[in-house]
Amino acid sequence: MKEEFENEMKLEFVSKATNEAFARITVAAFASQLDPTIEELADIKTAVSEAVTNCIIHAYENRQGIIRINAKLKNNEIIIQISDNGKGIENVDIAKEPLYTTKPNLERSGMGFTIMESFMDTMKVESIVGLGTKVTLVKSIKKQEEQIQQDEESLSSFTKE
Amino acid sequence: MESKFYEEDKLLVFKIKDEIDDCSVQKIRRRADYEIERYMPKKVIFDFDSVNFMDSSGIGLIIGRYKFTNMLGGKLEVANLTQNVKKIFEMSGILKLIPVTEV
Repeated sequence: MKEEFENEMKLEFVSKATNEAFARITVAAFASQLDPTIEELADIKTAVSEAVTNCIIHAYENRQGIIRINAKLKNNEIIIQISDNGKGIENVDIAKEPLYTTKPNLERSGMGFTIMESFMDTMKVESIVGLGTKVTLVKSIKKQEEQIQQDEESLSSFTKE
Repeated sequence: MESKFYEEDKLLVFKIKDEIDDCSVQKIRRRADYEIERYMPKKVIFDFDSVNFMDSSGIGLIIGRYKFTNMLGGKLEVANLTQNVKKIFEMSGILKLIPVTEV
């Protein structure tokens, strides 16, 4: 029987913009245990950066608050939860729409949720106005052997033709 | 970020060397706007060759500078997009508006 790989970490930090790099680099370092490709790692970093920026800019509106990250590795999957106790989102469906932003004057593109959604496998947003928001991001990391096998299969089907 | 102004071509090139996120973008924006206003270039190029991370704040940065440069009668282009940068720009659709060039 294949042994299950499980691991977990928790991170808590103050909602300062200077912590954005710290958060994404820490999560990426943790995720690297799954042996991801450079591109997969870049996707994770970008998604975490978007979520943490949302906490700082929108949830806490640059006031000081606490941002929590809980990351789990399960087999070949990483599950990342990013939560705040900020002001919450009134309508999550509208907030998730591409280009929607409440702060266009600050040159915000409104692409945060769209990027999280497309760079990760799944994204779930739970929010209660006045209490806070929790974003759950999941991405499965292809095992290197599977990757090689896939490449070989596509190569052999190519040479057969 | 490094910048170089080529007087004969009225070309201003910004070579970004930081990771681009909500934190660093404010500093980049201030410096770029200051230099665009100072040199009044015909063309501005943002070179992403040394950028190993960018999130969606880069979209706002480039659209903002694009508008600012246009307003002052110049053109803006982007160059040497890394894989991560390209993915985000393509998703946002700004490459339909802003040409990718070589430097």
